[in-house]
Amino acid sequence: MADVVACPGCDLLQHLPPIPPKGRARCPRCGEIVATTPADPIERPLALALAAAITLVVANAMPLMTLSVVGRFAETTILGGAEVMWRQGQPITATLVAFCTAVAPTIYLVLMCTLLVAARRAPAPAWVGPLLRLAEHAKAWSLPEVMLLGILVALVKIADLATVEPGIGLFSTGALLVLLATLAVQFDPEAVWHRIAWVNPAALHHRGKGIAAVPDGDPNA
Amino acid sequence: MSTTPLTAARLGLVACGTCGLLSRPAGPGEAGFCRRCGSKLHGRHPNSLQSTWALAVAAAVCFLPANALPVMVTNAFGSSTPDTILGGVVFLFTTGSWPLALIVLVASFMIPLGKLIALAWLLISIQRRTRGGERRRMRLHRAVRAVGPWSMLDVFVATFTVALVQLDPLMSVEPGMGVLFFASVVVLTMLAAESLDPRLLWDRDPVDIKRA
Ligand SMILES: [Zn+2]
Ligand SMILES: [Zn+2]
Repeated sequence: MADVVACPGCDLLQHLPPIPPKGRARCPRCGEIVATTPADPIERPLALALAAAITLVVANAMPLMTLSVVGRFAETTILGGAEVMWRQGQPITATLVAFCTAVAPTIYLVLMCTLLVAARRAPAPAWVGPLLRLAEHAKAWSLPEVMLLGILVALVKIADLATVEPGIGLFSTGALLVLLATLAVQFDPEAVWHRIAWVNPAALHHRGKGIAAVPDGDPNA
Repeated sequence: MSTTPLTAARLGLVACGTCGLLSRPAGPGEAGFCRRCGSKLHGRHPNSLQSTWALAVAAAVCFLPANALPVMVTNAFGSSTPDTILGGVVFLFTTGSWPLALIVLVASFMIPLGKLIALAWLLISIQRRTRGGERRRMRLHRAVRAVGPWSMLDVFVATFTVALVQLDPLMSVEPGMGVLFFASVVVLTMLAAESLDPRLLWDRDPVDIKRA
Protein backbone atom coordinates (compact mmCIF):
# COMPACT_ATOMS: atom_id res chain seq x y z
CA MET A 1 0.00 0.00 0.00
CA ALA A 2 1.59 3.23 -1.15
CA ASP A 3 0.90 6.61 0.43
CA VAL A 4 -2.84 6.93 1.00
CA VAL A 5 -4.28 10.33 1.87
CA ALA A 6 -7.76 11.72 2.39
CA CYS A 7 -8.35 14.90 0.38
CA PRO A 8 -8.65 17.90 2.76
CA GLY A 9 -11.25 19.38 0.41
CA CYS A 10 -13.68 16.48 -0.12
CA ASP A 11 -12.42 13.55 2.00
CA LEU A 12 -11.84 11.31 -1.06
CA LEU A 13 -9.27 8.60 -0.36
CA GLN A 14 -6.51 8.40 -2.91
CA HIS A 15 -3.15 6.76 -3.56
CA LEU A 16 -0.48 9.36 -4.16
CA PRO A 17 1.36 8.66 -7.41
CA PRO A 18 5.12 9.26 -7.49
CA ILE A 19 5.38 13.04 -7.91
CA PRO A 20 8.38 14.49 -9.78
CA PRO A 21 10.45 17.10 -7.94
CA LYS A 22 8.78 20.54 -7.93
CA GLY A 23 5.51 18.81 -8.89
CA ARG A 24 2.12 18.80 -7.19
CA ALA A 25 -0.81 16.43 -7.12
CA ARG A 26 -4.42 17.55 -7.24
CA CYS A 27 -7.51 15.69 -6.09
CA PRO A 28 -9.30 14.24 -9.16
CA ARG A 29 -12.71 14.97 -7.66
CA CYS A 30 -12.52 18.50 -6.25
CA GLY A 31 -9.21 19.86 -7.54
CA GLU A 32 -7.66 20.61 -4.12
CA ILE A 33 -3.87 20.23 -3.95
CA VAL A 34 -3.18 17.02 -2.00
CA ALA A 35 0.63 16.88 -2.23
CA THR A 36 3.62 18.91 -3.37
CA THR A 37 7.28 18.00 -3.64
CA PRO A 38 9.60 20.99 -3.36
CA ALA A 39 13.16 20.44 -4.62
CA ASP A 40 14.71 20.95 -1.19
CA PRO A 41 12.16 20.74 1.65
CA ILE A 42 14.26 21.91 4.62
CA GLU A 43 17.44 23.83 3.80
CA ARG A 44 16.03 26.22 1.20
CA PRO A 45 12.93 27.21 3.23
CA LEU A 46 15.24 27.70 6.23
CA ALA A 47 17.46 30.11 4.29
CA LEU A 48 14.37 31.97 3.04
CA ALA A 49 12.83 32.15 6.53
CA LEU A 50 16.08 33.56 7.98
CA ALA A 51 16.35 36.16 5.21
CA ALA A 52 12.67 37.09 5.68
CA ALA A 53 13.17 37.45 9.45
CA ILE A 54 16.04 39.92 8.94
CA THR A 55 14.01 41.86 6.35
CA LEU A 56 11.05 41.96 8.76
CA VAL A 57 13.25 43.57 11.45
CA VAL A 58 14.46 46.22 8.98
CA ALA A 59 10.92 46.84 7.68
CA ASN A 60 9.75 47.45 11.25
CA ALA A 61 12.70 49.53 12.41
CA MET A 62 12.90 51.97 9.50
CA PRO A 63 10.32 54.65 8.56
CA LEU A 64 7.78 53.63 5.93
CA MET A 65 7.39 57.12 4.56
CA THR A 66 8.03 60.76 5.29
CA LEU A 67 5.56 63.57 4.76
CA SER A 68 6.44 67.22 4.41
CA VAL A 69 4.16 70.21 4.10
CA VAL A 70 5.13 73.89 4.47
CA GLY A 71 8.30 73.11 6.40
CA ARG A 72 6.79 70.51 8.72
CA PHE A 73 7.80 66.88 8.68
CA ALA A 74 6.14 63.70 9.85
CA GLU A 75 7.13 60.08 9.45
CA THR A 76 5.70 56.75 10.49
CA THR A 77 6.76 53.16 11.02
CA ILE A 78 4.54 50.06 10.87
CA LEU A 79 3.93 49.88 14.63
CA GLY A 80 3.92 53.69 14.80
CA GLY A 81 0.79 53.61 12.63
CA ALA A 82 -0.93 51.23 15.04
CA GLU A 83 0.15 53.36 17.99
CA VAL A 84 -1.42 56.53 16.56
CA MET A 85 -4.67 54.61 15.96
CA TRP A 86 -4.61 53.51 19.61
CA ARG A 87 -4.10 57.06 20.86
CA GLN A 88 -6.87 58.31 18.55
CA GLY A 89 -9.43 56.14 20.34
CA GLN A 90 -9.31 52.96 18.20
CA PRO A 91 -7.55 50.39 20.44
CA ILE A 92 -9.25 47.35 18.83
CA THR A 93 -8.40 48.39 15.28
CA ALA A 94 -4.88 49.32 16.41
CA THR A 95 -4.39 45.86 17.95
CA LEU A 96 -5.66 44.17 14.78
CA VAL A 97 -3.34 46.25 12.59
CA ALA A 98 -0.33 45.55 14.83
CA PHE A 99 -1.20 41.85 14.87
CA CYS A 100 -1.58 41.43 11.10
CA THR A 101 1.42 43.55 10.12
CA ALA A 102 4.05 42.87 12.80
CA VAL A 103 3.06 40.30 15.45
CA ALA A 104 1.74 37.50 13.19
CA PRO A 105 4.65 37.71 10.68
CA THR A 106 7.13 37.70 13.60
CA ILE A 107 5.50 34.66 15.22
CA TYR A 108 5.35 32.89 11.85
CA LEU A 109 9.01 33.48 10.97
CA VAL A 110 10.37 32.71 14.46
CA LEU A 111 8.41 29.44 14.50
CA MET A 112 9.49 28.56 10.96
CA CYS A 113 13.18 29.17 11.71
CA THR A 114 12.95 27.13 14.93
CA LEU A 115 11.06 24.18 13.46
CA LEU A 116 13.14 24.02 10.29
CA VAL A 117 16.38 23.97 12.30
CA ALA A 118 14.89 21.21 14.47
CA ALA A 119 13.69 19.27 11.40
CA ARG A 120 17.13 19.18 9.78
CA ARG A 121 17.82 15.92 11.58
CA ALA A 122 15.17 13.21 11.15
CA PRO A 123 13.35 12.23 13.26
CA ALA A 124 12.41 15.74 14.35
CA PRO A 125 11.39 16.10 18.01
CA ALA A 126 7.66 15.82 18.71
CA TRP A 127 7.38 19.50 19.80
CA VAL A 128 7.91 20.53 16.17
CA GLY A 129 4.28 19.44 15.51
CA PRO A 130 2.56 22.05 17.70
CA LEU A 131 4.98 24.73 16.39
CA LEU A 132 4.07 23.87 12.81
CA ARG A 133 0.37 24.00 13.65
CA LEU A 134 0.80 27.42 15.30
CA ALA A 135 2.92 28.67 12.37
CA GLU A 136 0.11 27.84 9.90
CA HIS A 137 -2.35 29.87 12.01
CA ALA A 138 0.06 32.83 12.27
CA LYS A 139 0.61 32.71 8.50
CA ALA A 140 -3.14 33.01 7.85
CA TRP A 141 -3.26 36.29 9.78
CA SER A 142 -0.03 37.80 8.53
CA LEU A 143 -0.99 40.31 5.84
CA PRO A 144 2.06 42.39 4.80
CA GLU A 145 0.97 42.31 1.14
CA VAL A 146 -2.40 43.91 1.96
CA MET A 147 -0.63 46.43 4.20
CA LEU A 148 1.74 47.43 1.37
CA LEU A 149 -1.18 48.06 -1.00
CA GLY A 150 -2.93 50.00 1.79
CA ILE A 151 0.14 52.21 2.25
CA LEU A 152 0.33 52.88 -1.48
CA VAL A 153 -3.33 53.94 -1.56
CA ALA A 154 -2.72 56.19 1.48
CA LEU A 155 0.31 57.72 -0.29
CA VAL A 156 -1.79 58.59 -3.35
CA LYS A 157 -4.54 60.07 -1.17
CA ILE A 158 -2.11 62.25 0.78
CA ALA A 159 -0.04 63.23 -2.27
CA ASP A 160 -2.64 65.91 -3.07
CA LEU A 161 -2.12 67.64 0.28
CA ALA A 162 1.58 67.23 0.94
CA THR A 163 4.83 65.82 -0.38
CA VAL A 164 5.26 62.18 0.57
CA GLU A 165 8.44 60.19 0.17
CA PRO A 166 8.68 56.43 0.53
CA GLY A 167 11.22 55.26 3.11
CA ILE A 168 13.49 52.25 3.64
CA GLY A 169 10.73 50.51 5.61
CA LEU A 170 8.51 50.52 2.53
CA PHE A 171 11.15 49.01 0.26
CA SER A 172 12.01 46.39 2.93
CA THR A 173 8.32 45.46 3.10
CA GLY A 174 8.40 44.93 -0.67
CA ALA A 175 11.41 42.64 -0.32
CA LEU A 176 9.71 40.83 2.57
CA LEU A 177 6.70 40.04 0.35
CA VAL A 178 8.91 38.43 -2.29
CA LEU A 179 10.70 36.33 0.36
CA LEU A 180 7.44 35.25 2.02
CA ALA A 181 5.85 34.30 -1.31
CA THR A 182 8.91 32.23 -2.27
CA LEU A 183 8.93 30.60 1.16
CA ALA A 184 5.26 29.65 0.80
CA VAL A 185 6.01 27.93 -2.52
CA GLN A 186 9.21 26.22 -1.36
CA PHE A 187 7.89 24.92 1.95
CA ASP A 188 5.89 21.72 2.15
CA PRO A 189 4.50 21.10 5.66
CA GLU A 190 4.08 17.42 4.76
CA ALA A 191 7.87 17.08 4.48
CA VAL A 192 8.19 18.20 8.11
CA TRP A 193 5.24 16.07 9.29
CA HIS A 194 6.95 13.03 7.81
CA ARG A 195 10.04 13.70 9.90
CA ILE A 196 8.28 14.26 13.20
CA ALA A 197 8.61 11.65 15.88
CA TRP A 198 5.08 10.63 16.80
CA VAL A 199 3.36 11.65 19.98
CA ASN A 200 4.08 9.17 22.74
CA PRO A 201 0.72 7.40 23.37
CA ALA A 202 1.64 6.81 27.01
CA ALA A 203 2.02 10.55 27.57
CA LEU A 204 -1.41 11.22 26.07
CA HIS A 205 -3.10 8.57 28.21
CA HIS A 206 -1.45 10.10 31.21
CA ARG A 207 -3.27 13.35 30.44
CA GLY A 208 -6.55 11.43 30.26
CA LYS A 209 -7.00 11.70 26.51
CA GLY A 210 -8.22 8.88 24.32
CA ILE A 211 -5.87 8.21 21.43
CA ALA A 212 -7.00 7.23 17.97
CA ALA A 213 -6.31 3.69 16.86
CA VAL A 214 -4.23 2.79 13.84
CA PRO A 215 -6.25 2.15 10.64
CA ASP A 216 -5.91 -1.33 9.16
CA GLY A 217 -3.00 -1.60 6.79
CA ASP A 218 -1.81 1.89 7.61
CA PRO A 219 1.52 2.33 5.84
CA ASN A 220 2.70 4.89 8.37
CA ALA A 221 2.12 2.74 11.42
CA MET B 1 -15.04 1.89 -9.57
CA SER B 2 -18.12 2.05 -7.38
CA THR B 3 -20.80 4.68 -7.85
CA THR B 4 -20.21 6.15 -4.40
CA PRO B 5 -16.71 7.60 -4.11
CA LEU B 6 -14.60 6.03 -1.42
CA THR B 7 -14.03 8.67 1.23
CA ALA B 8 -12.20 8.37 4.54
CA ALA B 9 -15.56 8.74 6.33
CA ARG B 10 -17.04 5.75 4.44
CA LEU B 11 -14.18 3.58 5.62
CA GLY B 12 -14.70 4.85 9.15
CA LEU B 13 -11.43 6.77 9.08
CA VAL B 14 -10.70 10.33 10.12
CA ALA B 15 -8.06 12.53 8.48
CA CYS B 16 -6.27 14.76 11.01
CA GLY B 17 -7.18 18.40 10.40
CA THR B 18 -3.66 19.51 11.25
CA CYS B 19 -1.25 17.00 9.73
CA GLY B 20 -3.51 14.97 7.45
CA LEU B 21 -2.67 11.58 8.94
CA LEU B 22 -5.46 8.99 8.63
CA SER B 23 -6.65 7.39 11.86
CA ARG B 24 -9.41 5.08 13.00
CA PRO B 25 -11.51 6.94 15.61
CA ALA B 26 -10.83 5.92 19.22
CA GLY B 27 -14.52 5.28 19.88
CA PRO B 28 -18.03 6.10 18.68
CA GLY B 29 -18.84 9.78 19.13
CA GLU B 30 -15.33 10.56 20.32
CA ALA B 31 -12.63 10.36 17.65
CA GLY B 32 -9.76 11.00 20.09
CA PHE B 33 -6.41 12.55 19.30
CA CYS B 34 -4.03 12.25 16.36
CA ARG B 35 -1.19 9.90 17.21
CA ARG B 36 1.31 11.87 15.13
CA CYS B 37 0.66 15.49 16.08
CA GLY B 38 -1.68 15.24 19.09
CA SER B 39 -4.48 17.39 17.60
CA LYS B 40 -8.06 16.60 18.50
CA LEU B 41 -9.64 14.61 15.67
CA HIS B 42 -12.97 15.52 14.06
CA GLY B 43 -14.74 13.74 11.19
CA ARG B 44 -15.85 17.18 9.99
CA HIS B 45 -15.30 20.54 11.68
CA PRO B 46 -17.60 20.44 14.72
CA ASN B 47 -20.73 22.60 14.32
CA SER B 48 -19.37 23.86 11.00
CA LEU B 49 -22.72 25.04 9.60
CA GLN B 50 -23.97 26.68 12.81
CA SER B 51 -20.76 28.61 13.48
CA THR B 52 -20.39 29.67 9.84
CA TRP B 53 -23.97 30.98 9.83
CA ALA B 54 -23.44 32.81 13.13
CA LEU B 55 -20.22 34.47 11.95
CA ALA B 56 -21.68 35.39 8.54
CA VAL B 57 -24.81 36.93 10.09
CA ALA B 58 -22.68 38.91 12.56
CA ALA B 59 -20.56 40.16 9.64
CA ALA B 60 -23.68 41.16 7.69
CA VAL B 61 -24.93 43.13 10.70
CA CYS B 62 -21.60 45.03 10.89
CA PHE B 63 -21.58 45.67 7.12
CA LEU B 64 -24.18 48.45 7.28
CA PRO B 65 -22.47 50.69 9.91
CA ALA B 66 -19.13 49.90 8.25
CA ASN B 67 -20.35 51.67 5.15
CA ALA B 68 -22.62 54.29 6.72
CA LEU B 69 -20.20 55.60 9.38
CA PRO B 70 -17.06 57.56 8.46
CA VAL B 71 -13.75 55.66 8.44
CA MET B 72 -11.78 58.91 8.62
CA VAL B 73 -12.48 62.50 9.59
CA THR B 74 -10.21 65.18 8.08
CA ASN B 75 -9.76 68.38 10.08
CA ALA B 76 -8.23 71.16 8.00
CA PHE B 77 -8.39 74.92 8.31
CA GLY B 78 -11.03 74.80 11.01
CA SER B 79 -13.52 72.55 9.24
CA SER B 80 -13.92 68.79 9.50
CA THR B 81 -14.92 66.46 6.67
CA PRO B 82 -16.10 62.88 7.36
CA ASP B 83 -15.03 60.26 4.83
CA THR B 84 -16.87 56.96 4.32
CA ILE B 85 -15.47 54.04 2.32
CA LEU B 86 -17.56 54.78 -0.76
CA GLY B 87 -16.83 58.50 -0.29
CA GLY B 88 -13.12 57.62 -0.44
CA VAL B 89 -13.68 55.74 -3.69
CA VAL B 90 -15.44 58.78 -5.19
CA PHE B 91 -12.56 61.01 -3.98
CA LEU B 92 -9.93 58.78 -5.64
CA PHE B 93 -12.02 58.66 -8.80
CA THR B 94 -12.50 62.43 -9.08
CA THR B 95 -8.80 63.12 -8.42
CA GLY B 96 -7.98 60.97 -11.42
CA SER B 97 -6.64 57.82 -9.72
CA TRP B 98 -9.37 55.61 -11.12
CA PRO B 99 -7.28 52.38 -10.99
CA LEU B 100 -6.85 52.86 -7.23
CA ALA B 101 -10.52 53.84 -6.91
CA LEU B 102 -11.41 50.55 -8.56
CA ILE B 103 -9.05 48.55 -6.29
CA VAL B 104 -10.54 50.13 -3.15
CA LEU B 105 -14.10 49.67 -4.43
CA VAL B 106 -13.47 45.99 -5.16
CA ALA B 107 -11.46 45.26 -1.98
CA SER B 108 -13.60 47.22 0.48
CA PHE B 109 -17.11 46.93 -0.86
CA MET B 110 -17.57 44.26 -3.48
CA ILE B 111 -15.37 41.56 -1.89
CA PRO B 112 -17.00 41.70 1.59
CA LEU B 113 -20.49 41.79 0.05
CA GLY B 114 -19.66 39.03 -2.44
CA LYS B 115 -18.17 36.93 0.34
CA LEU B 116 -21.34 37.18 2.42
CA ILE B 117 -23.54 36.21 -0.54
CA ALA B 118 -21.20 33.34 -1.47
CA LEU B 119 -21.09 31.99 2.08
CA ALA B 120 -24.90 32.11 2.38
CA TRP B 121 -25.26 30.30 -0.95
CA LEU B 122 -22.74 27.60 0.05
CA LEU B 123 -24.45 27.09 3.40
CA ILE B 124 -27.92 26.84 1.85
CA SER B 125 -26.69 24.42 -0.83
CA ILE B 126 -25.16 22.19 1.87
CA GLN B 127 -28.32 22.27 3.97
CA ARG B 128 -30.50 21.43 0.97
CA ARG B 129 -28.08 18.68 -0.08
CA THR B 130 -27.93 20.20 -3.57
CA ARG B 131 -26.37 17.78 -6.05
CA GLY B 132 -24.28 18.82 -9.03
CA GLY B 133 -21.84 21.69 -9.43
CA GLU B 134 -19.73 20.62 -6.44
CA ARG B 135 -16.50 21.49 -8.24
CA ARG B 136 -17.84 24.95 -9.03
CA ARG B 137 -18.94 25.52 -5.44
CA MET B 138 -15.56 24.18 -4.26
CA ARG B 139 -13.80 26.78 -6.42
CA LEU B 140 -16.06 29.46 -4.97
CA HIS B 141 -15.14 28.36 -1.43
CA ARG B 142 -11.43 28.49 -2.30
CA ALA B 143 -11.90 31.95 -3.83
CA VAL B 144 -13.71 33.20 -0.72
CA ARG B 145 -10.81 32.04 1.45
CA ALA B 146 -8.17 33.47 -0.89
CA VAL B 147 -9.57 37.00 -1.33
CA GLY B 148 -10.63 37.37 2.31
CA PRO B 149 -7.55 39.17 3.63
CA TRP B 150 -7.61 41.75 0.82
CA SER B 151 -10.70 43.39 2.28
CA MET B 152 -8.45 44.52 5.14
CA LEU B 153 -7.11 47.10 2.66
CA ASP B 154 -9.18 50.05 3.85
CA VAL B 155 -8.24 49.42 7.48
CA PHE B 156 -4.59 49.89 6.50
CA VAL B 157 -5.35 52.90 4.31
CA ALA B 158 -7.09 54.57 7.27
CA THR B 159 -4.33 53.61 9.72
CA PHE B 160 -1.45 54.97 7.69
CA THR B 161 -3.30 58.11 6.61
CA VAL B 162 -4.14 58.84 10.25
CA ALA B 163 -0.56 58.04 11.33
CA LEU B 164 1.01 60.45 8.84
CA VAL B 165 -1.40 63.35 8.77
CA GLN B 166 -1.05 64.67 12.32
CA LEU B 167 0.00 68.26 11.63
CA ASP B 168 -2.00 70.19 14.21
CA PRO B 169 -3.24 72.88 13.99
CA LEU B 170 -2.81 72.90 10.23
CA MET B 171 -4.39 69.61 9.31
CA SER B 172 -5.10 66.28 10.98
CA VAL B 173 -6.95 63.09 10.19
CA GLU B 174 -8.80 61.10 12.88
CA PRO B 175 -10.17 57.58 12.56
CA GLY B 176 -13.98 57.24 12.59
CA MET B 177 -16.14 54.48 14.06
CA GLY B 178 -16.67 53.02 10.58
CA VAL B 179 -13.16 51.58 10.61
CA LEU B 180 -13.93 49.43 13.68
CA PHE B 181 -17.09 47.97 12.08
CA PHE B 182 -15.25 47.50 8.83
CA ALA B 183 -12.40 45.60 10.53
CA SER B 184 -15.05 43.46 12.27
CA VAL B 185 -16.66 42.57 8.91
CA VAL B 186 -13.29 41.44 7.55
CA VAL B 187 -12.32 39.38 10.61
CA LEU B 188 -15.79 37.78 10.92
CA THR B 189 -15.97 36.79 7.23
CA MET B 190 -12.43 35.37 7.39
CA LEU B 191 -13.38 33.27 10.43
CA ALA B 192 -16.64 32.22 8.73
CA ALA B 193 -14.83 31.03 5.58
CA GLU B 194 -12.37 29.12 7.78
CA SER B 195 -15.09 27.41 9.82
CA LEU B 196 -16.99 26.15 6.76
CA ASP B 197 -15.81 22.57 6.15
CA PRO B 198 -15.62 22.07 2.35
CA ARG B 199 -16.03 18.30 2.74
CA LEU B 200 -19.69 18.94 3.67
CA LEU B 201 -20.23 20.05 0.05
CA TRP B 202 -19.38 16.53 -1.09
CA ASP B 203 -21.02 14.44 1.62
CA ARG B 204 -23.87 12.43 0.06
CA ASP B 205 -23.87 9.21 1.87
CA PRO B 206 -25.91 8.98 5.11
CA VAL B 207 -22.73 7.48 6.63
CA ASP B 208 -20.78 10.65 5.79
CA ILE B 209 -23.55 12.92 7.01
CA LYS B 210 -24.01 11.05 10.27
CA ARG B 211 -20.32 11.50 11.01
CA ALA B 212 -20.42 15.22 10.23
ZN1 LIG C 1 -10.88 16.31 -3.13
ZN1 LIG D 1 -2.30 15.00 13.17
